[in-house]
Amino acid sequence: MFTAAAESLLRQAREIQAEELKKFCSRVCQLLQKEDLGPDALDALRRLFLIVSATKYNRRLEKTCVDLLQTTLCSPSCPEPLQLLCAAVLREMSPSDSLSLSWEHVQNTRQLGLLASVLLAQGDQKLVRSVGQRVLKVLESRQPEGPSLRHLLPVMSKVASLAPDTLHEDQTSALNKRLVDWLRYASVQQGVAHSSGGFFSTPRARQPGPVTEVDGAVATDFFTVLSTGQHFTEDQWLNVQAFSMLRAWLLHSGPGGPRTPAADDRSELEGSTLSVLSAASTASHLLPPQERLREKAFEYCQRLIEQSNRRALRKADSDLQKACLVEAVLVLDVLCRQDPSFLYRTLSCLRALHARLCGDPACVRALLPIARFFLTHGEAAAVGAEAVYQHLFTRLPSDHFHSPMLAFEFIQFCRDSLPLFGRNLGILRMSFPNLFKFLAWNSPPLTSEFVALLPVLLDAGTAVETLHLLLDLPCLTAALDLHLRSSQAASERPLWDVSLRTPGCLEALRDPQFQGLFQHLLRAKASGTPERLAPLHQLLQPLASCARVAQCAEAVPTLLQAFFSAVTQFADGALASQLALLLLERSDSLYQVPGYEARVHRVLSAQFLALCKLHPSLVVERAKELLEFVGSAGGLRGSGRVLTSVVWAIGEYLSVSWDRRCTVEQINKFFEALEALLFEVTQLRPSVTLPKCPPQVITALMTTLTKLASRSQDLIPRVSLFLSKMRTLAQSTAASSVHSEEDAGAICTRATELLNLLKMPSVAQFVLTPSGEVSEPRYHRDTNTALPLALRTVSRLVEREAGLLPG
Amino acid sequence: MVHAFLIHTLRAPKAEEGLCRVLYSCFFGAENSPDDPRPRGPERDRLLRKEQILATARQVESMWQLQQQACGRPGMDLQSQSSDEPVPLQEAPCGAFRLAAGDPFQEPRTVVWLAVLSLGFTLVLDAHENLLLAEGTLRLLARLLLDHLRLLVPGANFLLRADRIEGILTRFLPHGQLLFLNDQFVQGLEKEFSAAWPR
Repeated sequence: MFTAAAESLLRQAREIQAEELKKFCSRVCQLLQKEDLGPDALDALRRLFLIVSATKYNRRLEKTCVDLLQTTLCSPSCPEPLQLLCAAVLREMSPSDSLSLSWEHVQNTRQLGLLASVLLAQGDQKLVRSVGQRVLKVLESRQPEGPSLRHLLPVMSKVASLAPDTLHEDQTSALNKRLVDWLRYASVQQGVAHSSGGFFSTPRARQPGPVTEVDGAVATDFFTVLSTGQHFTEDQWLNVQAFSMLRAWLLHSGPGGPRTPAADDRSELEGSTLSVLSAASTASHLLPPQERLREKAFEYCQRLIEQSNRRALRKADSDLQKACLVEAVLVLDVLCRQDPSFLYRTLSCLRALHARLCGDPACVRALLPIARFFLTHGEAAAVGAEAVYQHLFTRLPSDHFHSPMLAFEFIQFCRDSLPLFGRNLGILRMSFPNLFKFLAWNSPPLTSEFVALLPVLLDAGTAVETLHLLLDLPCLTAALDLHLRSSQAASERPLWDVSLRTPGCLEALRDPQFQGLFQHLLRAKASGTPERLAPLHQLLQPLASCARVAQCAEAVPTLLQAFFSAVTQFADGALASQLALLLLERSDSLYQVPGYEARVHRVLSAQFLALCKLHPSLVVERAKELLEFVGSAGGLRGSGRVLTSVVWAIGEYLSVSWDRRCTVEQINKFFEALEALLFEVTQLRPSVTLPKCPPQVITALMTTLTKLASRSQDLIPRVSLFLSKMRTLAQSTAASSVHSEEDAGAICTRATELLNLLKMPSVAQFVLTPSGEVSEPRYHRDTNTALPLALRTVSRLVEREAGLLPG
Repeated sequence: MVHAFLIHTLRAPKAEEGLCRVLYSCFFGAENSPDDPRPRGPERDRLLRKEQILATARQVESMWQLQQQACGRPGMDLQSQSSDEPVPLQEAPCGAFRLAAGDPFQEPRTVVWLAVLSLGFTLVLDAHENLLLAEGTLRLLARLLLDHLRLLVPGANFLLRADRIEGILTRFLPHGQLLFLNDQFVQGLEKEFSAAWPR
């Protein structure tokens, strides 16, 4: 446990001064130079490791000390703990220029492994390659009583992943041959116990029996990682390690190097259907080493799949069986990608496996690699794997959304397999309600994944429904919590939020009136018809204070941004229009989580403008709905952001230049509605129903009214009158009780600017309703048309005029 | 393959004081960046590695805190575990998340973490690893470290027992290789380890 003592120890280690460190180093040197490396040396090295590792800044150790560490590491008689610490200290100091390890004479493979770990940490490709070459030399030696190779095989794997070009082709072949031996021909007899008696051990010691399976039965075939026994032989150890590194090794040494893209494979596979159907496997001893390794790897995977069907006696073995299943499928996938002739045999085997696993909830994570296999290879072998995808997307998320590891793996699977979906992309898209369950329950780790996934999930058909569900995501979290409370058995560990009790909600769950809405929210597939979930929002209100719901609510604004940036790429006018109205409608119909509405409004207001910019005619097309929105007081909820955006959009886009269908009557109607609204919000008498109006709304309203007046010029006198009233109001002492001085000042300034503009109607029109060319740079560089110039001229003229008039 | 392993502290959610401290970290090999035009000294590389580790530890801590809050266990009494009870590792909170390329590691990585009381055990993996195996390995490592370092006995200071941590890692996660070890293999390795490090 991390106590205060440990904290102070760390601080001491960090704060040790250079002088003190020098003294300590010389003490370490002294201790290491002794013949007999006792507990003092161990203790000193432990402290040295802490000193070096505790700080992120470099520690300068004396050269003699570093050299001595290296010598100790290479010395044959040093006890293991000390060797490990020397290696650890050297590794902590990496990358380092002062290493001069001479390892040519090191025979002990364990030490060689430790040295390799130090050298690999230097980040130098040349060193990595030389490590690889050295280790390979030892691995290729075929002495029967030779050094224990199990310390070196992992080094080889690491080298292959850091520097794939280390080995020449014949070296790879040689290693392939040895891997085949270890994988397929390891001993099936148990190992002998290492008796400490050694020389005097009885020759009549009991012969070890054969290895067993995980369920206790005698092993029926060759040795694998799922074979057990009391003790293990060297080649059985190497079997375990060889399988552990198999997939990475196949990928790195396969054709085209690491991770051949799936697209290339598919075209190859499609052309080779004839060879796929041939079930005969070539006599394996005639094959070259790489093909032979693949063949043996295939046999190994098949055996693992069979072995994982057994009922393990120990829980740890049962967990291992599942991990082996996943690995076996992954290796089979690599094999089939590298050599399509495996496909025929693999497909039948995996289909059977899938059927077996579907009924077993404990093996649910193993279904993902199987699905991926079918996505990669199913089409080439003319197999309809729809059943696999259906099960995956409809059953899995509904039953297992609460498992964080499965959720992460599932979404990873979706993201990584995107290019492979092809015709099946529709299934993925239609299952978005189920996918969102993972997101609603586990939002912190999955938000960034979904931001990447959303652009692919969206299409014109599902955009509207997706937006509704995104806005209702916290409500979905609450509904899932309630669902778990009502459906989990009492004996199981509770998965829901235990700090909250909600008896009322559980009662209401049984109410048929709400059941339909719950079913809709918890649906597995896109339904095509959005439902209004406002009654559910109220019902689930007690759950809104749940931490999980709050976390989901925090993620929604990010997801909304991602949604809109994706949708605006393909949305046509009709969709943009539909979405814009949806925004307005939903802006006052959100699940009430503290802070949620404000954050969502910020995004919605910006996105409403973006939609209008995408499709400016929507203001004219949807004039009726916009008028209704403006007329209702609902727009003033919260900070009035959405209302400000709507008002601004009206000002910008309600003109003939954006849509020829805009009529003077429309402009007048909007004008009247906006004028009425402005009148209402600027009442100084406090009103119960109308909340305090933010100054942004007032200035936006004033600006929009002016813009509309500049287009329908008989409205100018009305506006001018109103504006001067506003100005007087803002300056009056009564206003200071409602608005701060800054706000009142802003309102006053804006009113003045607008009034000035209106005094010259043609300029007003030019400024407030510029033609489409305003975005051209030329418009602003040309001295005749430059906007700032025009404004300055107007102001000066008006001021001069004002100066001429009395009062 | 595993790129790094770390042990770090976990503060209770909403804890104001204290920092997330990395108590032990180990890199298996180094990330290469031949394309980086800036001249990189070894000191800068080391600093970068340490910072990457710290950034990862902080992210794990916040993921764990969020998970704890979501489960309704915000103010977990961390000192309540007595040293005699076996730690229920099967139910220890765990999770996984992805780190994008460049943030903070050069390549995209997956992080798998396990929280036992106030300690976090974290593996930084390559992007496409067998996560079932990684999770199993992490639980195994946590169990071994808790047992052999007696982390739950108050006062026992594992900061000064790095040789044991190294001993466990060389056997159970050699050079970052995740191993498919069945129970008997684990027992065999554990016996070997206990022989070299008597309690």
